[in-house]
Amino acid sequence: MNKLKFLFSFLLIFFYSGASFSEVAPSDVVADEYGAVTASLTGVAGDPANGRKVFMNRKQGNCLACHVNSEMSKQTFHGAVGPVLDGVADRWTAAELRGMLVNSKKVFEGTIMPAFYKDSGYNRTLKKFVGKTILKAQQVEDVLAYLQTLKE
Amino acid sequence: MIFAKKIFITLFMIFGLNLSNASADESAELVVEGQPILTRTKAPSHMENIDEVRSGWTFRIKETQALQMDDFENPGMIFVDKGIDLWNKVEGSKNKSCASCHGDASEFKGLRTVMPKWNASAGALWSMEDHVNNCRTEQMGAEPLKWGKAPMDSIVALIGLQSRGMTMSVKIDGEVQPMWELGKELFYTRVGQLDMSCANCHEDNYGVMIRADHLSQGQINGFPTYRLKNAKLNSIHARFKGCMKNIRATPYKVGGDEFRALELYVASRGNGLSAETPSVRN
Ligand code: HEC
Ligand code: HEC
Repeated sequence: MNKLKFLFSFLLIFFYSGASFSEVAPSDVVADEYGAVTASLTGVAGDPANGRKVFMNRKQGNCLACHVNSEMSKQTFHGAVGPVLDGVADRWTAAELRGMLVNSKKVFEGTIMPAFYKDSGYNRTLKKFVGKTILKAQQVEDVLAYLQTLKE
Repeated sequence: MIFAKKIFITLFMIFGLNLSNASADESAELVVEGQPILTRTKAPSHMENIDEVRSGWTFRIKETQALQMDDFENPGMIFVDKGIDLWNKVEGSKNKSCASCHGDASEFKGLRTVMPKWNASAGALWSMEDHVNNCRTEQMGAEPLKWGKAPMDSIVALIGLQSRGMTMSVKIDGEVQPMWELGKELFYTRVGQLDMSCANCHEDNYGVMIRADHLSQGQINGFPTYRLKNAKLNSIHARFKGCMKNIRATPYKVGGDEFRALELYVASRGNGLSAETPSVRN
């Protein structure tokens, strides 16, 4: 009985730490001098279908506010602040795209595009968003997987 | 009459919203009740990155533009009517109304074009709301009105309407210069989790769609403005607050120093345009 309890708590600790250690915290993300991020943020392969949803969702990526790509052009409301993303996977490597999602300011100096995986260094953030990133680590990986489907 | 207007507005919202992604009629000319309104002009000399300033009206779709071209169709005029009622209403310990001292609101023809402006006796930069509240508390012995609420916005719209068609010309030097500088700094400072400044949208990207919205220069020459979105008048500071919340930033206080400064700076970016109060936007 005691042994079983021991094994059970051991397993719990194992899973708990496993989950938190495999996800890279925003402040620990390593980017190269051009802002590219090579390592996955979660170690779990991205899901392009979910990434597509995150891309469109106003409360998540809301990428559609500024970008569109032909595949989505039937979406009634899309913006034109940023470039059309057709063929983006041919133009950029996965590491570069991940870097843009994490913190586009390191890739495009002075860009209007928000940093989606950065949780500090902001000015007057609304209370409910303080210390938070716009997207979760796995959502970044999912959007990345979606972007990688955008080939000419 | 008002009922008919309401039906019209409802119909417009049902059909109009479907059209809101349609392109604006950017070359249209605004004439209200026979009076031409200047909606584009050379930018004031203090502006470094924009050559031509344009009223928000030029960015709206035809249907929205049309609502502002006829006072009967302009839903903002319903609130101006409420403003007239309030203008004549006796209130406070001194049993006076605005009309008791000022007669007709037309006494304030031209005032809107120079607001906000330095008030020497108060030693502060005053918005239109300050004039209204100063009269209420000092001359009428009445409670001040809350900024950004219907009674205040209605009376501010009534006063603003008296200057419609006149040229915006707020003063930016002298006593107000430090406030103007602060406002300019705020306009270019990135804030919030989306980390954007007013300039990112209203200077770098006006004329561009951001999701369903056609970005304008964020001019305030038509305020208070009637918005189809919330079917009421919207004050200048309320609009600033809304834009800040959209970028997930903690807004400055409505009626506080930062928004007063920003109001002065943004107003000065519209110097040369006509006052269009009450404008109609989506
Ligand atoms: C507020 C506007 C805005 C939002 C929101 C935005 N972007 Fe961008 N994005 C831009 C702009 C502008 C650029 C061009 C870089 C520059 O010069 O600033 C850009 C560039 C890019 C590029 C490089 C495109 C190329 O062809 O070189 C990619 C990829 C990209 N964005 C993806 C995204 C994704 C995915 C999201 C959402 C998770 C997103 N963006 C959200 C404005 C935005
Ligand atoms: C993310 C983009 C964005 C940012 C940043 C932003 N706004 Fe706006 N703003 C909008 C949109 C969209 C509208 C509605 C369409 C339009 O008129 O541009 C708007 C409308 C306005 C209007 C109304 C214009 C009219 O004609 O009725 C004013 C004034 C304004 N903004 C001022 C500001 C100020 C001041 C700031 C900074 C504190 C700011 N905005 C920041 C997107 C933005």
